[in-house]
Amino acid sequence: MLLFSRDTWQEIFGSIRKNKARTIITVIGVLWGIFIYIVLSGAAKGLDNGFEEEFKDVAMNSMFAWAQQTSVPYAGFKTGRPIQLKLGDVRTLASRIPEIQYIAPRIVKGAFGGEAGNVVRGQRTGSYSIYGDFPVLSKIATQKIYVGGRFVNQGDIKEHRKVCVIGERTQKELFAKDEDPIGKFIQIDKVFFKVIGVKKYEEGGGFAEDDDITIPFSTYRKLYNTADNVGWLAIAAYDNVDVIKVEEDVKKILKSIHQIAPEDERAIGSFNLGEIFTKINGFAKGLTFLSLVVGIATIIAGVIGIGNILLISVKERTKELGVRRALGATPSEVRGQIILESVFLTLIAGIFGIVLGAFVLRGIDYVSQDADIPYTNPTVPIPYVLGALFLMVVLGTLIGLIPAQRAVSIKPIDALREE
Amino acid sequence: MIEIKDLHKSYKIGKNLLHVLKGININIEAGELVAIMGSSGSGKSTLLNILGMLDVADKGSYTLDKVPIKDLDETKAAKYRNKFLGFVFQSFNLINYKTALENVTLPLYYQKAGRKERHIKAMQYLEKVGLADWASHLPSELSGGQKQRIAIARALAAEPKVLLADEPTGALDSTTSYEVMQLIQEINDEGKTILVVTHEKDIAHMCKRIVQLKDGVIIEDTKINQVRASEYV
Repeated sequence: MLLFSRDTWQEIFGSIRKNKARTIITVIGVLWGIFIYIVLSGAAKGLDNGFEEEFKDVAMNSMFAWAQQTSVPYAGFKTGRPIQLKLGDVRTLASRIPEIQYIAPRIVKGAFGGEAGNVVRGQRTGSYSIYGDFPVLSKIATQKIYVGGRFVNQGDIKEHRKVCVIGERTQKELFAKDEDPIGKFIQIDKVFFKVIGVKKYEEGGGFAEDDDITIPFSTYRKLYNTADNVGWLAIAAYDNVDVIKVEEDVKKILKSIHQIAPEDERAIGSFNLGEIFTKINGFAKGLTFLSLVVGIATIIAGVIGIGNILLISVKERTKELGVRRALGATPSEVRGQIILESVFLTLIAGIFGIVLGAFVLRGIDYVSQDADIPYTNPTVPIPYVLGALFLMVVLGTLIGLIPAQRAVSIKPIDALREE
Repeated sequence: MIEIKDLHKSYKIGKNLLHVLKGININIEAGELVAIMGSSGSGKSTLLNILGMLDVADKGSYTLDKVPIKDLDETKAAKYRNKFLGFVFQSFNLINYKTALENVTLPLYYQKAGRKERHIKAMQYLEKVGLADWASHLPSELSGGQKQRIAIARALAAEPKVLLADEPTGALDSTTSYEVMQLIQEINDEGKTILVVTHEKDIAHMCKRIVQLKDGVIIEDTKINQVRASEYV
C-alpha cells in the first residue's frame, strides 16, 4: 500500500527536505489559514460563552415593567399624569395572562435617585439602596446567598418581620472582617433589622449593586408608608412562551387598569430580557458564522498557495521527474507522490496552526480574565477542528491533483532533452 | 536481442512534417557493444528514444528480447523500461538531493524490491563501478566521471537486458571519458548488450560495431576491432 510504505514517506520527506524555503513558505500559508480559523472561532465562542455567563442568573424569558407619566390625554385626564403601579395590578396581571409563570412586585428606595436608606451599626454608618421584595423574586433572578444565610421568605412577608439580606460590600462596611453577620442587627432608618443573609454579588446582573439591602416587601411598606405602591414589576413567562407577546399584554392590561390611552407609548415603560438576549445571541451566532466563513476562506487561500508552490516545484523538478519516469516510475506513482506531498504539507501546517491557535486562545483567555469583557472559556469544538482538518485534506488532495497532472503530462523524453 | 524492422518516425514542426527516421532495419545480438554515430539531425537520438520506449514509432516493428514492443501506454512503458532497459545520459541526471546510494536504489524502488535487497544490490553495483566509499555522498560532491559511474551503476542496478547510453562521455574530458568507456567495456565483457550513441570517433571505436546514421537512414553498419580503453588510460 502506497500510503503506509516507509519508502513512500522517505521519498516525500526527501523532496520536502530538498527545498526547505519552499516548504516553510508553503506551510506558513496554510498554518496562517487554520490559525485564523481557530482563533476567530475560538474567540467567537468565548464571546458567546461570556454573554451566556452574563445572563445566567436571570431568567431568559423575563421582563420588567414600570410606570412613568402619560403622554396622551385620556378619559378626562390631561397629559403628564404620573402613574403609580399598585399591588392589585399584580393579581390582575397574574389572573389575566396565563403565560406568566412568576410575577414579583418590587420597590426600592435610593437606587434610581431619591434618598437612600440610612444604615447604622454601632459606630459604623452608611447609606444604601433599600429594596422591598417578595420571595418569588428569586425564581426570576437567582439570589445567591452565602452559606448560613437565606433570602426573604413567605413567613417574613406574612409577619412583617424586620429582617434583611445585605450585600457583600455592606457586610464589609458594617461588620468586622471575621464577624459573622447572620443574626446580628443593623439599623435601617432608625429601625432595627436582623441580618438573615449575605447576597453574593454577580457582575453584570442588571442594576443590582454589591451594597444593596433587601427587606420583606410588607415590612418595607410599613417602614416607608408606601401602602399599595409598587416600584416596578419583574415578570417571568413560561419557557415556551413568546415573551414579547407577554410584554405587550402586560402593558395593555396596565394601561386599562390605570386609564391610560391605548396608544400612549410613554406611560408604561418596559424592558424585555428575552428580546435583548435573542439579539445578543444572534450577534454571537453571526460572529461565529462570520469567523467560520473567514477562517475557511483563509484555509482555502492557504491551500491554493500550496498548489501554486507545488506547481512551481513540479516545473523545477521536471528533469527529476523525467529521470524517475525513465527509471520505471509509472504515472500513477508520480501522481501519488505529488498528491501525498501536498496532503502531507497541508496536514503538518494544519496541525501546527491548530496548536498555535490554541496557545493564542489560551493567552487571550488569560489576559481577559480580570478585564471587564464578556469573554469566557474560548474553545473550538472538536468537530470544528476535525472538520477543518478534513477540509484541508480534501482541498490538499484536490489542489495536489493540478501539479500532479502537470507532472504526469510531462513526457520523460521532453524532461530529459538537453538544453 | 533487439530487432527493428522498417522503423519510421516523423515530427510535426509547425505545418511541416519532419521525417526523421526513414525506415531503419537493424538486428542487435545479445552481448554486442554497438556505437550509433551520426551528425546532429541524423536521427540517432530519436532512434535511441524509441529503443528506450521514451518515444513511439509511427511505423515499423520493434522486438526486444522476443517481446514485441507495441501499443504502449505510459504505465506499460514505465514497467518495460524498468524491466528491460538501463539509461545513461550525457548530463548524468542524478537526483541531486539523494546520495549516490539512494540514486542507485531508485530503479530497484520502482521494481518494488525490499529495502534490504535494494541496499545490498546498490552497494554491489557501487562497488562494481569503484565508488562504494562514496555511497553516502551527494552528487554535488562528486566529479563528472564519478557522477557518470554512479549513473552507470544506477542503470545496471535493475539488471536490464540492454544498456542505452546517450552520449555518455559528452560532458567529460578525454581521460575521464576513457575511464567511463573502460567501465562500459568491462560490463560488456560480462555479456551485457550495450548501445552507445556518440559522435566521437575514438569513443565509437571502443565499441564492437559502428552503425552510421545519416538523414534518417543507416548508411554504414560495420563490425570493427575493438580498441580497449585501457590502452589510453
